[in-house]
Amino acid sequence: MLRDLFLRLKSLFRRSAVERELEQELRFHLEQEIAKNLSRGLSESEATRRANLDLGGLEQMKEESRDARGVWFLETAVNDLRYAARILRKSPGFTTVAVLSLALGVGANTAIFQLINAIRLRTLPVNDPQNLAEIRIADMTDARGAQQRHYGLTYPLWEQIGKRQDVFSGAFAWADAEFNLSPQGEVRSVRGLWVSGRFFDVLGIRPFMGRLFTAGDDHRGCGVPGAVISYSFWQSEFGGSASVIGKKLTISDQQVSVLGVTPPGFFGVDVGHQFHVALPICSITRLSAFNALDSGTFWWLSVIGRLKPGITVEQASSQLASLSPGIFRTTLPANYPPVSVPGYLHMKLTAHSFATGLSDLRERYSYLLWVLLGIAGAVLLNACANLANLILARAGTREREIAVRLAIGGSTKRIIQQLLLESVLIAAGGAIAALFAAHWMSRGLLALLAANEGGVHVDLHPDWRVLVFTFVIASITCIIFGLTPALRAAQSQPVEALKSGSRSLTAGKATLGLRRALITAQVALSLVLLAESLLFVKTLRNLTHTEPGFRTHNLFVADLGFPRSNPQDLQVHAWQKALLNQVGSVPGVLAVADANTVPLAGTSSSNRMWIDGHDPRAAKDVHWSRISPGYFRTLGVGVLAGRDFTDHDGPATRKIAIVNEAFAKQVTLTSDPIGLTVRMEATPSTPETVFEIVGVVTNTKYLDVREAMGPIVYFPISQDPTPSLSDQLLIRSNLPLKNLLPPLRRAILEADANAHFEIYRFEDLIQESLGRERLMAALSMVFAILAALLSAVGLYGVITYIVTLRRTEIGIRIALGADRGRIFRMLFLESGTILLIGLLLGMLLLPAVAMLTGKMLFGVKPRDPVSLAAAVLLLLLVGFVSTFFPARRAALAGATAALREE
Amino acid sequence: MSSSSRIELPQGTLDLLILRTLALGPQHGWAISQRLQQISSEALQVPQGSLYPALHRLERKDWIRSSWDVSDNNRKAKYYRLTAAGRKQLEKETELWRKLVAAVGQVLDAV
Repeated sequence: MLRDLFLRLKSLFRRSAVERELEQELRFHLEQEIAKNLSRGLSESEATRRANLDLGGLEQMKEESRDARGVWFLETAVNDLRYAARILRKSPGFTTVAVLSLALGVGANTAIFQLINAIRLRTLPVNDPQNLAEIRIADMTDARGAQQRHYGLTYPLWEQIGKRQDVFSGAFAWADAEFNLSPQGEVRSVRGLWVSGRFFDVLGIRPFMGRLFTAGDDHRGCGVPGAVISYSFWQSEFGGSASVIGKKLTISDQQVSVLGVTPPGFFGVDVGHQFHVALPICSITRLSAFNALDSGTFWWLSVIGRLKPGITVEQASSQLASLSPGIFRTTLPANYPPVSVPGYLHMKLTAHSFATGLSDLRERYSYLLWVLLGIAGAVLLNACANLANLILARAGTREREIAVRLAIGGSTKRIIQQLLLESVLIAAGGAIAALFAAHWMSRGLLALLAANEGGVHVDLHPDWRVLVFTFVIASITCIIFGLTPALRAAQSQPVEALKSGSRSLTAGKATLGLRRALITAQVALSLVLLAESLLFVKTLRNLTHTEPGFRTHNLFVADLGFPRSNPQDLQVHAWQKALLNQVGSVPGVLAVADANTVPLAGTSSSNRMWIDGHDPRAAKDVHWSRISPGYFRTLGVGVLAGRDFTDHDGPATRKIAIVNEAFAKQVTLTSDPIGLTVRMEATPSTPETVFEIVGVVTNTKYLDVREAMGPIVYFPISQDPTPSLSDQLLIRSNLPLKNLLPPLRRAILEADANAHFEIYRFEDLIQESLGRERLMAALSMVFAILAALLSAVGLYGVITYIVTLRRTEIGIRIALGADRGRIFRMLFLESGTILLIGLLLGMLLLPAVAMLTGKMLFGVKPRDPVSLAAAVLLLLLVGFVSTFFPARRAALAGATAALREE
Repeated sequence: MSSSSRIELPQGTLDLLILRTLALGPQHGWAISQRLQQISSEALQVPQGSLYPALHRLERKDWIRSSWDVSDNNRKAKYYRLTAAGRKQLEKETELWRKLVAAVGQVLDAV
């Protein structure tokens, strides 16, 4: 065994020596044989001939000897690698095109995978992320009040869990927030974190500078002990100054001193977002008027624990389940709506792995990225087909070389191996270039994403997963584009190839079938990609132009915030009226209104409502909104019956409401609901209310442009029992934003010098909510065009090839007086057949693909005939163009020119 | 001297014959081929083309070893000699061969 290995290695490293030995041995044999033959009286030439004949082909024997020595693979591999590299160096054009197209194809796939890896697969960059678990409530249907996040818990629940659990060695609670760093005027918000005392400790994060929070920092009544800032915020805000510790930040009008800086790699636990400033949870009472610590109906905290050694997530879950009844009994809020009390008491806590952290980016982009990966994969397949085609074309010209080698006894296995090695080299080069390309492409992709999301922070460093992915993709690619041509070439008939001269007609025709099949597949893939991308483009257009029931053009939103020192209740209402008047008098402002919910902005309030006197169990869940008079005029919503709110409607007058048509139809079941009284069920913050309908307006969308128009109830903002300190103004004006901004700013600051605000176009709000659709439409279009171009190049290649093969025939035909139109017709028939079969195949493939992407579409059916027809036409056009030029050249080429070459 | 009256070697017997030849003492490739032809009274056709691959195969199996030496006519030649393992293999294969011949002969005589 050892000796065997030794021989193999020896022959590998001392290749030439071994080869020389063999040659020497055989030469000796020949000399002896010749000497023997001479002694028998044969002539010298005859003696040599016989000796050679008896021994057999020298090269063949060398090969067989090597084979017998068992060094075949290693030795020839190194040999062939050299040979393949030499061949590739000899045709730099082909090599560059091949490597570049692979770099782009594999690179695009790698880039998308890198993003998937970063937001989905990578674990958190903290100590031992595998041992982290998130505590959730199994079924949250009876969680009443305000839900700030999926699986959010209330502060009282967190307190109880912290006290009672014993499966975690440590636990923490956190919530994300936006902190306003501007003392006044326009808001400057940064990404904030509310964290419990042991947040950093449990995650195992050590301070980069200063100190991080400890359990002692976070207790009720802590005031504002200080802030911990991230490394990047330290760099951007303080220029990385060494004396940052103790510096003050103004956060929501509070002076907060910096306690410490976290290390560079730490972004928090929300993958995709880099936190800037962290405050202890207990400080929230000083920064906000709302007491989040005592609220049992404010579901805002994510609770994470570190499992004790040896305890599994399942064990933690079952322990939490057994603790649940006690925890929920203790924390039942006094004001909990009675219908939901049994549900609350039966809630159950469970544990889930938190190794990869949490990410809303993941929720919203995973599917999209997988679909994109599929699309990029299809484009890569298309590129592979082109490469296979190129290699086949080269194989055509190398047919003679291969034939000669087969004829002098080269083994088929060896020739296949050699051709494959060329592909392996191309694939390897492509993969390495792809890693570089992916580096830039993934950053470009991330920039597109960040533009939608207002800043995205993910770690894109390639890890083993990315490398394995690239390797696998490149290998598959290599097999696809390398194996078929190699097998094909090795089947070539030496005699035929040698006989037919430099332009081998027979073999050429044999590869032509394969090349036609490849193009057909390319056309099919291109059709699917093109049709799909047209569906995405149409979706984006539909969503951009969708009618939400009001005019979005020339509409502006001002988000306002007031320092919490502002007076409460009645004075807020008076203040709001003054502000409206102030803004309404700005030149260029056509109309202005107040609302607690901006439509289509993604925030909502809803409650169950029913007609007074009817069975409450027949109640419907209805969205509602509090608005000021003039809201409908500002948005351009039609009042169909009854009246708008007026300044006379106030807290002291009768409770009233305006409903939309859908409400009239679905809840009151009449087209004329004016005068009817409706009940809204009690919530943790408000008792059951009765209101009278005074008007009916047209339908609008409420939460999102994608939804259907449902029932909405509008209440006068002046009748809000708990007036809010933040406010949104909707402003209609024909002025552009930059002209509107200065007078608006003045008007708002005149009304309240301490106001914070943010002003933006309503259309931008919609555009922002369409980020995913835009990304999908743009990228799928880019990929589809790429695929179509690849197919065009492929088709062009095949038609040119046919022209070359048939040049003699064409020349003779023309010489014999055939009209040039016939030549055209012949070639168009050829490419038309390929296109037609390809398109039909693509249409068969399309329904399966459309099923996967159906849920990403809006206002267009997966089998939209218009998109399909457009894709077919586009591809026919592309096909026509790529046939036309080689065909024209063939038809115009003089008969003599073609014949002279023979 | 290839002629149709010579018997082609059955598959696998070349190895046995090489081992047997080398049992007489170290030899180089050409001498082995001459020897085989002589001993078999020119009856066997030793395919020279497969001789060297066979030698290399046997060397890999560690039944023979090779070394360079000077031949009778003062030329450098590669000599092969039997190893202990090769000797054992020769005995085994010789016995197998005899059994085979006997068995085949028995069957042929019986009919």
